[in-house]
Amino acid sequence: MKALGKAGSKRIGWPPLAVAAPFLWLAVFFAFPFLLVLKLSFSHPALAMPPYAPKMDWSHGLQGIGDFLKALSGVNYRRLTQDDLYFASYLSSLRFAAIGTAISLLIGYPIAYAMARCGPQARRLLLMAVILPFWTSFLIRVYAWIGILKPEGLLNAGLHALGLPGIDILNTDGAVYVGLVYAYLPFMMLPLYAALERLDPTLLEAAADLGASPTKAFWSVTVPLSLPGVAAGCLLCFIPMVGEFVIPDLLGGPDTLMIGKTIWTEFFSDRDWPSASAVAIILLVTLVVPILLYQRQQARALEAQR
Amino acid sequence: MTRPALNRGPSAFNIASLALGLGFIYLPIAILVIWSFNASKLVTVWGGFSTRWYASAFQNDQLMDAAWVTLRIGVFSATTATVLGVLAAIALAKVGGFRGRTLFSSMVYSPLVMPEVILGLSLLLLFVAVGFERGFWTVALAHATFTLSYVTVAVHARLVTFDKVLEEAARDLGCPPWRAFLTVTLPNIAPAVVAGWMLAFTLSLDDLVVASFTSGPGATTLPMRIYSQVRLGVSPEINAVCTLLIAAVAAGVLIWSLANRWQSRREAVATKPYAGA
Repeated sequence: MKALGKAGSKRIGWPPLAVAAPFLWLAVFFAFPFLLVLKLSFSHPALAMPPYAPKMDWSHGLQGIGDFLKALSGVNYRRLTQDDLYFASYLSSLRFAAIGTAISLLIGYPIAYAMARCGPQARRLLLMAVILPFWTSFLIRVYAWIGILKPEGLLNAGLHALGLPGIDILNTDGAVYVGLVYAYLPFMMLPLYAALERLDPTLLEAAADLGASPTKAFWSVTVPLSLPGVAAGCLLCFIPMVGEFVIPDLLGGPDTLMIGKTIWTEFFSDRDWPSASAVAIILLVTLVVPILLYQRQQARALEAQR
Repeated sequence: MTRPALNRGPSAFNIASLALGLGFIYLPIAILVIWSFNASKLVTVWGGFSTRWYASAFQNDQLMDAAWVTLRIGVFSATTATVLGVLAAIALAKVGGFRGRTLFSSMVYSPLVMPEVILGLSLLLLFVAVGFERGFWTVALAHATFTLSYVTVAVHARLVTFDKVLEEAARDLGCPPWRAFLTVTLPNIAPAVVAGWMLAFTLSLDDLVVASFTSGPGATTLPMRIYSQVRLGVSPEINAVCTLLIAAVAAGVLIWSLANRWQSRREAVATKPYAGA
């Protein structure tokens, strides 16, 4: 061991292991399974369990691979375009995610801004207060809303006490929005807060010296400088919201369409694995652009930190 | 000096939005906790304080089995994810250019934003393809895979800010790399490693979607059990279980932040002599 330490170059040491172990793990458990989903999405439709045709025949070498590729079929994708349900659930997922992200931004910005204006001690406490619920179960946080929103729940009890008519919101799209905003608000607030907290206060001072009103200074200095935080927060909310399953399933109604729910139903109720895979691949293709945008944004933020 | 607007302290509007925001974040959780102590079975009628739902939750064998399975999966997957995640963070922070670096970093960071439904489906297909019987181990492996990324993010952030000079000094003094890592770097990144483990553990405890796809008979996790009961409606017993989970997580986070504070205070004391030099 000692000889290895001395002989090994200073930069390399033991890091090859550091690269190899996680690399192999992710290749086996993350990258390879995607290829399986891709393959299954082009298989012939069949119900219930595998094996699915065509089957890759390794024993015939290249000939086998060629036969395999020829036997693949796009029938699952063709079926997706023929059934309006899939298209509708795509559009509806994107709409839920876009509106949910916008509402989160509208609610999250004033809170993050207020946090950034507090003293350092209060900031630390508030940050902790915002992060804490993020550690508690997602499922529990969504479940908590059922008790509030159901017809004989607390929301209606409160409305009746005020002499107002009750509303029937559980199992509607409205309840899904409440759930989405509630569950993803921390994802929006943390990047916003990070951007606002870093904001150089002398810039606002300069704006004030040059005669800008506080409102004008806010819109022409604070908002533009917080845009990286806005972008990160929006992507961090939008991407997972599109594929959300738990919220539409527990809070939404039978006609609430979301793609995550569609995959789940295809898979568990209809037992149509090839169709579920095809839907998953299209979802992934839809999300590739926002995911790449997010990664680029993160890389730029990391660069700026250095 | 006129004080800049951002440092002028919070205005009434700021305080109002903070109060409303924190209210929105905490109210549903608070209501859930309060209602778990309700003696009445009706979820909207307060029947007096009672802990009967906790007793009945503890007597519910299905729930207790699920809790035990979940705990074991959490410990195994968080530990595996921490080992691999720390290695991945070292690879990204310390090993310069290597072949497939871009592929590596995108594989590490993609699970963070990947919809759980896709992660679950793809892992299930893997286990089916290799004929691995689904159950405890498949869920544990799946959890280790998607929580690994979170550990890497937490540890990487700490590694980047950590002063490299210290490790280089140890190496210059003839310390082998692995020993320099164990005695200099590891103690410095330890808080991030612990935070990463805890994050991985809570994510595993929390996961419903990936577990539902990759689990088999005999390995029903607590979220799966809660989910199947929640679909039937609100039940006071589930409220009690949820309250216990919230309390456990809150206690964990609190202990960790206190320990962290103690550590940073100790660090501040330890570096004081150099500050004057």
